[in-house]
Amino acid sequence: MSVVEGIKENPVEEFLRTDRLPHVWCSGCGIGTTVNCFARAVKECGIPLNDLAIVSGIGCTGRVAGYLRLDSFHTTHGRAIAFATGLHLANPELKVVVYSGDGDLVGIGGNHFIHAARRNLDITVILINNFTYAMTGGQVTPTAPLDSIETTTPYGVFEQNFNLPHLAASCGAVYVARWTAYHVMQVKKAMVEALNKKGFSFIEIIAPCPTIYLRRNRLGSAIDELKYYKEHSVIQHGADTRDVGIDIRRPEKIIVGKFVDIEKPDYLTAMNEHLGEVLGDKYVRWGE
Amino acid sequence: MATAEKKKKFRGVVYVAPERCKGCAICVEFCPTGAITMSDRFNSKGYHYPEFTYPDKCTGCGLCGMYCPDFAIYGFREKIGEGA
Amino acid sequence: MAEIKYTTADPKGVLTGIHYMDGNHAACEGALAAGCRFAAGYPITPSTEVVERFSARIPLVGGVFIQMEDEIASSICLQGAVWAGLKAMTVTSGPGISLMQEHIGLAACLETPCVFVNVQRGGPSTGLPTLPGQADMQQCRWGSHGDYEVIALSPSTVQESFDFIIDAFNLAEIYRVPVFFMMDECVGHMTEKLVIPEADKIKVVERRYTSKPPEEYLPFKPDPDLVPEMVKAGDGYRFHVTGLTHDERGYPVINAQAQKEMVYRLVEKVEKNAPKIWRYEEDEVEDADVVVLSYGISARVALKAIEMAREKGIRVGRMRLIVVWPFPEPRVKEIASKVKAIVVPELNIRGQVAREVERIVEGTCRVVRVPHAGGTVHDPQEILDAIMEAAK
Repeated sequence: MSVVEGIKENPVEEFLRTDRLPHVWCSGCGIGTTVNCFARAVKECGIPLNDLAIVSGIGCTGRVAGYLRLDSFHTTHGRAIAFATGLHLANPELKVVVYSGDGDLVGIGGNHFIHAARRNLDITVILINNFTYAMTGGQVTPTAPLDSIETTTPYGVFEQNFNLPHLAASCGAVYVARWTAYHVMQVKKAMVEALNKKGFSFIEIIAPCPTIYLRRNRLGSAIDELKYYKEHSVIQHGADTRDVGIDIRRPEKIIVGKFVDIEKPDYLTAMNEHLGEVLGDKYVRWGE
Repeated sequence: MATAEKKKKFRGVVYVAPERCKGCAICVEFCPTGAITMSDRFNSKGYHYPEFTYPDKCTGCGLCGMYCPDFAIYGFREKIGEGA
Repeated sequence: MAEIKYTTADPKGVLTGIHYMDGNHAACEGALAAGCRFAAGYPITPSTEVVERFSARIPLVGGVFIQMEDEIASSICLQGAVWAGLKAMTVTSGPGISLMQEHIGLAACLETPCVFVNVQRGGPSTGLPTLPGQADMQQCRWGSHGDYEVIALSPSTVQESFDFIIDAFNLAEIYRVPVFFMMDECVGHMTEKLVIPEADKIKVVERRYTSKPPEEYLPFKPDPDLVPEMVKAGDGYRFHVTGLTHDERGYPVINAQAQKEMVYRLVEKVEKNAPKIWRYEEDEVEDADVVVLSYGISARVALKAIEMAREKGIRVGRMRLIVVWPFPEPRVKEIASKVKAIVVPELNIRGQVAREVERIVEGTCRVVRVPHAGGTVHDPQEILDAIMEAAK
């Protein structure tokens, strides 16, 4: 077996459009790392790949859909969740995963994010948070901590940022976790849990953007950043999400873990139950 | 040493696809046993890529393949066949 | 090449019988008859009744209505539903259609067969929420950035709101384009008789799914009619679609050659098939001195003016566009060569369709615009005056 042949044993290989590699992500970028975790999580869940659909928006993480050999949709900026809503509701047998970045999902797409969580739509949202609009060269995103240097905040960020686990939880997500690109095993496990969860599941993965965010903020290399995650992450499962915000560029601790894991009827279950109750036999049940 | 070798039921194996590598060296940094090192050679895009330098050290934990952002390395645990 | 597969309407969605309802409700019934089983919408006057009715009807038919958080979401949510295998529409007006423009471009680029219903009101901005306009006719054609082509139909009556929206869904499936159903406040809110036929009398086009196995299938390789065959999520094709410029595999290719191949085909699949898409109604055009060319509610108002002009002995013909885009260029050119003038009444003041007529006739005959700012329809006298002037 040649060296490259051996690579084909990697569980991620059957997920990849290998004819499109190498990908566009920079050296040390954390996005690819999370894709390794995703492939292993899907395999562990036993989800047939033909039943899995992936939807991305625009941006670096938005390119994930393009590299995954699944039914994959690279949609418009911020609207991956809205597209996923239609995909899921029209065919509830599909396992629909939205994979996109912080600027895409909670910047331009914030409205769809909060409403999908509120509706408890049965989809999984994986958000790679690198604190910047990297594809366009590093502008400030709604997750960028105070003092971050971005191309549109050359004197540092002074506006408050989103605390994403709290945002998701307060809007109604039934599963909320945060990890970093250092925590590969935990990320995989969280993805398994999220994929198995009925309802709106959300994972924030903090990941290094060495070319843009780290460089501009003089935070070192991707390796330095992963080491920082390793040394400063504090696992607090069940933490009150109000307390997990990342408000400065280099906080003493990044709280990670599984914060929310609750049961609540998802959108379609609620729809079928409610309309069934109100309309009785006249109701044509959907997706069951 | 020779006795210990015989008792090993598994060995770690690492494969590398140099042309996919962008030289971030995360695999080298986070390999728990130091089994991989960066090569002095370059791939066609000019990046150094990892080499499986110390197979004896490898436990086949697979972390290199979990971390690699470029799907360029894969480590796993292989059963040592009888007589191997 | 995938042949166009006609079938008949699913009786579950067809409310056969004689009804008295408004155009918005009729459009909803037409959509259901056409096989639409998914609608995403956001409330906006004067279109909301379409989705209100859909939300009441669809639980009894089998399907989904979801009121999304805004029009941007609605206009892409329906495309998700289409790629999962349903026929889908969204319905809006005024500011709503402006918000949807990006996803009209997406639908053109992904070749998502879907229907955008626009019950036109006066604009710009919030404009006249409760009053009519026909001032979105060029927007529906050019509104999203980039080169692409759409199909647009315009009904004049409640019956046509039912009948033509079925055609809109069918055209969307045949050509894999976003199809605009360009109603207006008057047609939407006008109540009149509607006859819904038996389901087996309603012709419905099935989606052109490929019969090729996954290893042979290329998502954007066109058939000879320039339209590619489709697949849906979950069928094992594991395909990719992107709003980036892409090749036949659906993979992004960012260069001039790929761009040229893609946008030319997106435009030509409508342009070259236009003779099969054009649809208009004519009367007494052959020996006319003046032809009144119009569409939607204005075509209906023009009927009175034409009648008055004929009473005065003026030889007036009538051409009503049912499909407005693509525009029936050769026929209008031909008419222009025989008449003194073409009179174009419409509820906008910049000549959104008149300008197209002017471009096509190239001065062969006069083109008399009958502009109106919207808010109400023309007084037939205004159109009559234009006809009289044109007949001189």
